[in-house]
Amino acid sequence: MTVYFLCAVLLTMGLYCLVAKKNIVKKIIGVVIMDYAVNLYLIIIGYKKGGVAPIIDKTTNPELLERFVDPLPQALVLTSIVIGLGVLALMVSMVIRLYEKHGTFDMSQISKLRG
Amino acid sequence: MNPVPLYVAIPLGAAFLIPLLGMWWKKSGETLAVLSTLVLATMAILAVGTPAMVHHMGGWTAPLGIALVSDGLTVLLLIAINVIAFLCIVFSLKYMTAYTGLTKYYSLFMLMVAGMNGVVVSGDLFNLFVFLELASLASYALVAFGVEADELEAGFKYMILGSVASVMILFAVGTVYAVTGTLNMADAAREISTKFSGAETNPALLLAAAFFLMGFGLKAALVPFHAWLPDAHPSAPAPISAMLSGVVIKSLGVYAMCRVMFHVFGFASTSPSSAIIANAMIALSVLSIVVGGLMAIGQWDFKRLLAYSSIGQIGYVTLGIGVGAHVLATGGTRSLAALAILGGLFHLINHAAFKSLLFLSSGAIQYATGTRDMKMLSGLRKRMPITAATTNIAALSISGVPPFSGFWSKLIIIVATIRAGHPAIAAIAIAMAFVTLAYYVKVQREMIFGPVRGRAESAREVPAAMYVPLIILAIVCVGFGLLYPVWGSRILEPARDALLNGAEYVKLVLG
Repeated sequence: MTVYFLCAVLLTMGLYCLVAKKNIVKKIIGVVIMDYAVNLYLIIIGYKKGGVAPIIDKTTNPELLERFVDPLPQALVLTSIVIGLGVLALMVSMVIRLYEKHGTFDMSQISKLRG
Repeated sequence: MNPVPLYVAIPLGAAFLIPLLGMWWKKSGETLAVLSTLVLATMAILAVGTPAMVHHMGGWTAPLGIALVSDGLTVLLLIAINVIAFLCIVFSLKYMTAYTGLTKYYSLFMLMVAGMNGVVVSGDLFNLFVFLELASLASYALVAFGVEADELEAGFKYMILGSVASVMILFAVGTVYAVTGTLNMADAAREISTKFSGAETNPALLLAAAFFLMGFGLKAALVPFHAWLPDAHPSAPAPISAMLSGVVIKSLGVYAMCRVMFHVFGFASTSPSSAIIANAMIALSVLSIVVGGLMAIGQWDFKRLLAYSSIGQIGYVTLGIGVGAHVLATGGTRSLAALAILGGLFHLINHAAFKSLLFLSSGAIQYATGTRDMKMLSGLRKRMPITAATTNIAALSISGVPPFSGFWSKLIIIVATIRAGHPAIAAIAIAMAFVTLAYYVKVQREMIFGPVRGRAESAREVPAAMYVPLIILAIVCVGFGLLYPVWGSRILEPARDALLNGAEYVKLVLG
């Protein structure tokens, strides 16, 4: 239960960083922290303490089935990490262009649109 | 052969081939994009009336493999997405010549179409998330396509908020998996309905539902999750604004929300937690209708006005669906719920038609006059008769003037809301319909009619490649209203029935 709680703390930290920081690079770091918190959460769902790799099938080794680590969340996280990388690359490239235009990372100085 | 995977495969293939062939062949973007969206639009229209289908990817049957599903609701969305994508591509041929890097533009456009079609046909929660990210990522890049200061800022804002929504959705997907042990939507629905006898006995599922509501609400730009939309939609090139307002917020937001809430969680059944979710949907809808409408009045930038109007109109769509869910949750009659949902879906497809028409018209006006500031334009009726006429039709339709399509869908939603016992909400909806009329009358008075002044003096009608899509969409706007008996029973009613019958969906996918 503690790990889930810590995971939620990490998510909240990311959200706080995103909302409270004015520097757009720090905002990006906030998004990435949130992303990683959810990836961590997915891994925790499938994880078992003292578990083994899930290669043996049910018929040959039924007693091992109880100790299997669920591999599916790990596959999900791999996909999610790749997506996260794509988003991060696009974000950073946009920030570089924003910096070229404004010469600052401060969102309150960049912001002209009213929302 | 089962055509369902082609809805994803064709645009994805085109998106890959366009930049590759673009190295030797300059027109690869235009040619491939027109061809593939034309094929997709034809396929979507031909899919009307065919029975619901399931394709099991790689031959792995439902709970194990990924299923692609096409039922009535999917067909409705596929028609909206692909037909509007085709018209926007045709419009882009001339409009986008002012920009550079066109192979990238068409490639990103096809990626966005692939992502939206994927979201709509996916029968797997994680797969839905992946396609949602694909469509979102392409749209972030397209919003910032102009790479000027405003475009970049709007794109950045959209991307930050969109990423937060994606994180919320992924969290909810993980939670559903943790509770049910499956990602297949039909299988998860069966687990939830049998093992937990509905979602309310399990707090983790309620948490997941709340996260889904927030994530999809952000993608659909419901108030208070709307902050990105009024910046992102005006900053994008006009065909992209038309896609964003016309179909992206609907397929990624409204459709995904309906599918998950109605089919996976089964919130369309009598229970206290269903009523909570339905109430939350109604509250968000009413907020969106009011805030979107009131903010639109004061705008002088034509595209910004349209963007705020989108927030209000998407509120009408979710109001219809939310009222339907509320009727079901409180044990009301099924026919009343069906009426409310029909109204919501009718307004969804109507809004897709007239809002993309309005955004394309704004693009045509900007192309001809170089501005979209309504104070600098007057008397366009005399200089650009076709664009002025289509803008008028769309404005009358969206503000709910009979006999145009928008009138009927708003009427159905409001009648259903009154009969469901929410007279106060119906009164707000009626009042805001008049506000909608007010700000579109302002558009007509300032821009279309009146003496020829300002930038309009030197304006000329746009080329045929730009006004033909406008005319087609204007005909659709009129036709939807007048010919409802012809198309309603074939497209809209199957969609409504698919949304209402969650059990049917489970049976379809799991066999």
